[in-house]
Amino acid sequence: MSATLPPQFEIVDRPLDTQMTISMGPQHPSTHGVLRLELVLDGEMVVKATPDIGYLHTGMEKLFEYKKYQQGIVITDRMDYLNPLGNNLAYVMAAEKLLGLEIPERAQTIRVLTCELQRIASHLVWLGTHALDIGAMTVFFYCFREREKIMNLIEAASGGRLTPSYFRIGGLMMDLPAGFERRTKQFLDDFPPALDEFHTLLSGNRIFQKRTQGIGYISAEDAIDWGLAGPCLRGSGVNLDIRRANPYSGYENYDFEVPTEPDCDVWARYMVRMREMKESHKIATQALSRLKPGPVKADAPKVVLPDREAMKTHMDALIHHFLIVAEGFDVPAGEVYQPIEASKGELGVYMKSDGGPKPSRVHFRGPSFVNLSALPVMSEGEMVADIVAIIGSLDIVLGEIDR
Amino acid sequence: MQSGSENTLVTALQREHPDWISEVIYAFGETTIVVPREHIVDVSSFFKSLPEGHFDFLADICGADRGPEEEPRFEVNYHLFSTTKYHRIRLKVLLNEEDTHVPSVTGVWRTANWHERETFDLFGVIFDGHPDLRRILLPDDWQGHALRKDFPLRGYEPYSLK
Repeated sequence: MSATLPPQFEIVDRPLDTQMTISMGPQHPSTHGVLRLELVLDGEMVVKATPDIGYLHTGMEKLFEYKKYQQGIVITDRMDYLNPLGNNLAYVMAAEKLLGLEIPERAQTIRVLTCELQRIASHLVWLGTHALDIGAMTVFFYCFREREKIMNLIEAASGGRLTPSYFRIGGLMMDLPAGFERRTKQFLDDFPPALDEFHTLLSGNRIFQKRTQGIGYISAEDAIDWGLAGPCLRGSGVNLDIRRANPYSGYENYDFEVPTEPDCDVWARYMVRMREMKESHKIATQALSRLKPGPVKADAPKVVLPDREAMKTHMDALIHHFLIVAEGFDVPAGEVYQPIEASKGELGVYMKSDGGPKPSRVHFRGPSFVNLSALPVMSEGEMVADIVAIIGSLDIVLGEIDR
Repeated sequence: MQSGSENTLVTALQREHPDWISEVIYAFGETTIVVPREHIVDVSSFFKSLPEGHFDFLADICGADRGPEEEPRFEVNYHLFSTTKYHRIRLKVLLNEEDTHVPSVTGVWRTANWHERETFDLFGVIFDGHPDLRRILLPDDWQGHALRKDFPLRGYEPYSLK
């Protein structure tokens, strides 16, 4: 990348001691987890940035091979822990594709509704921490105030806050609790003014603009070549959203825009996410209005756990329950790749079955992993303080990168 | 996904370079092309430059181990995606255990860099021509390749940082 450096920062003709290699992280607070960057600096200018990952590697993809299909759902929560429902969805959809299951409409709508709420929550954490990294502390509290409301909704539905594991192969864990729709409506009514508040805090802030505009440039061609996805790709002006490109869960029936920004910098990625929250709000509102009573589990007794009541009254339900829990269910041999639009970009699950109750291979194409690999392209030639802004604009979660 | 339009892309490849394909599999609405490993870069460039398909986006590369008793033992799967036509296609390379070399596709899509490093790290597949083939998730001094089927779940011994 030395071609992009201004002449005064040419590496070759300067004495060696003007360059310094420093290690940023793994305990640096703005690396959003345990990411280490090896930075070669010339003064304050970054000559070379090399991300070093793997500190959180826990062998989750190995673990999938030792667990039954339904047990794997709880592992997915722990990957991208800011968007666990998205991970659940990609995983169960891959298994459903192998099994050829039809998901009832109510379950699909609830999946869309909760996933969009989760996307807003994920973007709120990004916004709070991104602003915090750049020096705007107040935003963090506003974001977490709103996120707490979503967390409460997800907790009401699934029983878990950070690790909901709400989706099951063939539908949902259970139907929404009483009062959920009223509380969600309340949240959706309150959210647009809160979003305006965030804009008031940051979008017109000249310090924030100076810290983000023109920083971390990556062109549309480079972004595609480096496999950037989600808001990072749309921040480079590429109109690509998996919800539109390869629709799933009925997204083709929802009316929403795919926001793009042409500037290719940190500011563009900021604006894309801010506008995306508005679109997610729009989708969630539509999904809420479409909720009709109906089953939330597919009619597949050998795969989907029976209701508690049925187990107490029907012999066959009890047998199926025992078999699913004790032995699992066989999934037809084959391989699928199921992409979804997670909050950070294309989340793809590659699932390979050889016919048994445990997958032969599960691989997650984590959007954070791929987005981080493009960090050197964006950061070389920038100031060291801007690295923090660039990492924040990528919205990485190390749990997903290291798996 | 739309397998109809992907069929025509496969036919285009079959017509022009029949020796680049060893098998085509249609299953679960997805198209898989098994490619002899010496042609993987050719096939990748072919699909990237195809005007009607234009697979400019490499979504993913992942390895898979069929088990120590299988021959060929390893698979490398390339998931291609078109940002304009929204097609998806999977390329697959099969490898024997004794010879796990594959030409690198980093020259076609630069995003392949980390995916190939990951596959090398976890399966021991060696990508010839990769600019920086190091371990990525596991420590540099790690012994073995963790996602191989004969690697025990808990490892051979507790890892220590010494």
